[in-house]
Amino acid sequence: MEILELQKIANEVRKGIVTSVHSAKAGHPGGSLSAADILTYLYFEEMNVNPQDDKNPDRDRFVLSKGHAAPALYSVLAHRGYFPVEDLVTLRHIGSYLQGHPDMKNIPGVDMSTGSLGQGVSAAVGMAIAGKLDNKDYTVYALLGDGEIQEGQVWEAAMLAGHRKLDNLVVIVDNNGLQIDGNIADVNSPYPIDKKFEAFNFEVINLEDGNDMAQIAEAIKKAKAVVGKPAAIIAKTVKGKGVSFMENQAGWHGVAPNDEQYAAAMAELENGGIA
Amino acid sequence: MAEVKTIATRESYGKTLAELGAENPNIVVLDADLAGSTKTGVFAKAFPERHINCGIAEGNMMSVAAGLAASGKTVFASSFAMFASGRAYEQIRNSIGYPHLNVKIGASHAGISVGEDGATHQCNEDFAIMRSIPGMVVICPSDDVEARAAVRAAAEYDGPVYLRLGRLAVPVFNDPENYKFEMGKGVVMKEGTDVSIFATGLEVNEAIGAAKLLEADGINAEVINIHTIKPIDKELVAASAKKTGKVVTVEEHSIIGGLGSAVCEALSETVPTPVLRIGVNDVYGESGPAKALIAKYGLDSEGIYKKVKEYLGK
Repeated sequence: MEILELQKIANEVRKGIVTSVHSAKAGHPGGSLSAADILTYLYFEEMNVNPQDDKNPDRDRFVLSKGHAAPALYSVLAHRGYFPVEDLVTLRHIGSYLQGHPDMKNIPGVDMSTGSLGQGVSAAVGMAIAGKLDNKDYTVYALLGDGEIQEGQVWEAAMLAGHRKLDNLVVIVDNNGLQIDGNIADVNSPYPIDKKFEAFNFEVINLEDGNDMAQIAEAIKKAKAVVGKPAAIIAKTVKGKGVSFMENQAGWHGVAPNDEQYAAAMAELENGGIA
Repeated sequence: MAEVKTIATRESYGKTLAELGAENPNIVVLDADLAGSTKTGVFAKAFPERHINCGIAEGNMMSVAAGLAASGKTVFASSFAMFASGRAYEQIRNSIGYPHLNVKIGASHAGISVGEDGATHQCNEDFAIMRSIPGMVVICPSDDVEARAAVRAAAEYDGPVYLRLGRLAVPVFNDPENYKFEMGKGVVMKEGTDVSIFATGLEVNEAIGAAKLLEADGINAEVINIHTIKPIDKELVAASAKKTGKVVTVEEHSIIGGLGSAVCEALSETVPTPVLRIGVNDVYGESGPAKALIAKYGLDSEGIYKKVKEYLGK
């Protein structure tokens, strides 16, 4: 798929994020928007998946370890054809299958239930081990938040992945630099992130602009070519990317836009994400 | 008297896993650096490629187990009861329980019968913790025969199961020829009319011993083995309570949240009956030989006998 085409889809995905979070009157727009391009690239270009056969044992897997970015995952899945885009407005509504955090039992295309930080990446390691045991050549992708890696379990998972040389595992850190209480460097700095993963025997790829489709493509290509160890992509992203007044604002971590803000955000996105 | 064979249920677990490994190539076993103690090492020896030692990281192990199960594996994840149900509670709850994945938690070294390691390693709270997770089956076998059958039943069942296993070698009293394990069904070990004693795990044998002592005093106790704490056999609990009108529960677990609580909950909805809960009385354990501890905490036949006598006012 052409880069321009992927960018257009990512913009539609962003509209879905903003629309669903606005409808829910709660949720996490900031970290969903920062991850929108990576998710779009994975589901529309990279991963071997089929919405009509979402339990195929040979498919690639994706685990949203930063489960609070569910609006991004749901929007990508809906646009990819797993369920109707119109359903996105039911996010977090009572009776809706679109739960506040990913629920693999009830949401088509969701490979793992996540939301409690640190656990998803461990599950991804389990899936990668299963792939090795079964001699399957699928790839498991896990997307982590940069605040999430403060959880000790992430490093327990990293140790096991490195130890078992899981070269079918690609971990992506959505390094938007912000967590609920502020700048990650101020709250409890996880830096240097790349050196930490290197120390756990990962091949590390620093992705300078994780909102740039061409750079994402390049980084994923490099990660998939790694043999004999797992890969970690440290993706510098912009929290709230695509909605100017949400960009780089920790305050937009877990707050929904009001009607006025929603209209302004959608107007920006209608212009192709250019304010 | 013929010598009674004693086997720890963790031994039964390891041996049965190795048998299942040969029968079912889909079974994967995880451990957290305790394979020699939980006895998953027996499986590891036979099927090294399907035994994943996760190192000393129980939380990660439980979520890894979830990932394997989500990929179609039947997973047994093992550690001591303390670290499985305690440290990894939230991983079990969110990664395994919430998606109802096919993971069996083999939790050994439960209760005060851990012995010398003392309070930090004596988990008397695991029933309470695991029972509260929606959809979790909680099983505590009473001897080798039952443990082997329970491990097989857990492997056949599709969903999360918590298996409580012991470190101490305990008498084998179930008949290996005729024993049949039914998940969720209690077993009447001895019929009686004066009092119903519901016991689980190694306390089943102690309760049978207590019933013999009571019998000598003219008290006819009914002894029921509740190997499945959840879902509990409500019908059997109610029927027995209705018959005797007096209920005693015995467990090597806190009197809060375990078998005693489960029986009280069942009876409060069916046949409200006074219940004496015998167990660990909201205290920590301590170091000492397992059998001495069981006696000290009043959980041997003699201790149970005395408490039941007192309870019955006889």
